[in-house]
Amino acid sequence: MMAVTEELQNVPPEKLVVAGVSKWFRTSRADVHALDNVSLNVREGEFVCLVGPSGCGKSTLLNIIAGLEQPDAGQILADGQPVTGPGRERMMMFQESALFPWLDVLDNLLFGLKLKPNLKRHERREVAQFYLKLVGLEKFMHANIHELSGGMKQRVALARCLAPNPRMLLMDEPFAALDALTREQLYGDIQRIWEKRKKTIVFVTHNVREAACLGDRVVLFSPHPGRVQEEFTIGLPRPRDINSVELAKYSTEITRALKRHLKPEAAEVAE
Amino acid sequence: MKRWLWAGLFFLVLAGIWEWLVRREIWSPVLIPSPLDVARYLVESIRDKSLLQAGYITMKRLLLGYIVGLVLGLPLGLLNARFKLLEDTVGIVALGLQTLPSVCWAPLALLWFGQTETAMFFIVIMGSLWSIVIATDTGVRNVPPIYARAARTMGSRGLHTWLKVILPASLPFIVSGMKQGWAFAWRSLMAAEIYVTILTGFGLGHLLHYGRELHAMDAVIAIMLVIIVIGLLADKILFSPWEKFLHRRWGTARN
Repeated sequence: MMAVTEELQNVPPEKLVVAGVSKWFRTSRADVHALDNVSLNVREGEFVCLVGPSGCGKSTLLNIIAGLEQPDAGQILADGQPVTGPGRERMMMFQESALFPWLDVLDNLLFGLKLKPNLKRHERREVAQFYLKLVGLEKFMHANIHELSGGMKQRVALARCLAPNPRMLLMDEPFAALDALTREQLYGDIQRIWEKRKKTIVFVTHNVREAACLGDRVVLFSPHPGRVQEEFTIGLPRPRDINSVELAKYSTEITRALKRHLKPEAAEVAE
Repeated sequence: MKRWLWAGLFFLVLAGIWEWLVRREIWSPVLIPSPLDVARYLVESIRDKSLLQAGYITMKRLLLGYIVGLVLGLPLGLLNARFKLLEDTVGIVALGLQTLPSVCWAPLALLWFGQTETAMFFIVIMGSLWSIVIATDTGVRNVPPIYARAARTMGSRGLHTWLKVILPASLPFIVSGMKQGWAFAWRSLMAAEIYVTILTGFGLGHLLHYGRELHAMDAVIAIMLVIIVIGLLADKILFSPWEKFLHRRWGTARN
């Protein structure tokens, strides 16, 4: 009977389910309760931003979704399958580019592709070049990593994440270390690529405006321990401009909520 | 090309000053021979093959011992960095033995192996091994963890991560450790060759020792020059390419 109703409803399965995840970090000095019973659903093709002050466990949650860390309670389902370890279906992008300095730009992109089975040599190269072109850096194919600017490094890192064609991108404050102008360019790039390649993106940031600019949905976290406090749906058309007035309305609302949930001593949130 | 020209000119001038000082006869020619005498010795000893033979024997000892040191040292360093238990045991031994001046192995090696090639190999291996172990260990520990994390999300696991990520990421440390190991091995081998007659072959150190016994200052200086040149060539041939690669990729002046 159950099966029939499910069939009739024909609801597409959630791309990502975070079910009651808790996490503690045990150090010699103290136990830190990083995440407390966090639940979250992400639809296929959705762009979700996790926002909160530092120490709210949003990066920890992203690591758990990636499979790089294990939760102490609860579980993660990706496409209905429990996540037990990292996989190329869920690529992760970090605050620092994490590009390999001993390889040039092209070889950095090929690193992930070589680990993907059933790709011929020339196919790998074509794929790598396609994604370099997508981020506008095909001319820098043979450049060394240290020759790139911060923004270019993050572009290459993005291309490296996209190249093995993951369904989901996990981004951990990828633009936090960049200057404002470069960041704005990348907001444009990431929206363009997201629409073109139809990815599901979970994006962690402490920058409320950034979250409002990028996300279909903004999930607000509060710290000590990390909990989901509120969710906001951003109903603005794309591509969005970070400086638009409509966006400011959303970010003001989210910031206000953030302050409400914050204990006063931890009020160090951007914008 | 221009750089070579300058270098050549510099050494010519240096030799000129040397010759000039000798001609003024301030010092006894027994203590400071003329550069021409040194050159003459070099030509003769190359012609009668005594120098080439000695050089060959020394290089064979050094290279074989060093290669064994590398083959043992790299994996041992990696394992040390990987397993806490090894680090707390072998790691301490490595650190202790690295501080031991490698010529101190000579008496032990001679008692164990006698005046043989094995003793020489042993000294070279002990001279290079521990530096390489420690440099590899340190290098691995200094690899930013984010590299391994990024690699894992791209599907890299286990041995692949070690060979394709951890090892190349620690190259700056490993290369400087290899260089240090080479220097230690070279020094200890020379000391050992001067210190004791090895019956299975006369190396450069032994030739140097003979020069002293015969008061042949031209031979002493000539062989010292040969030893210096070997050191320079080793640096240029063995390590310069690595250092250039590191410089180009990492964008650092020196590692």
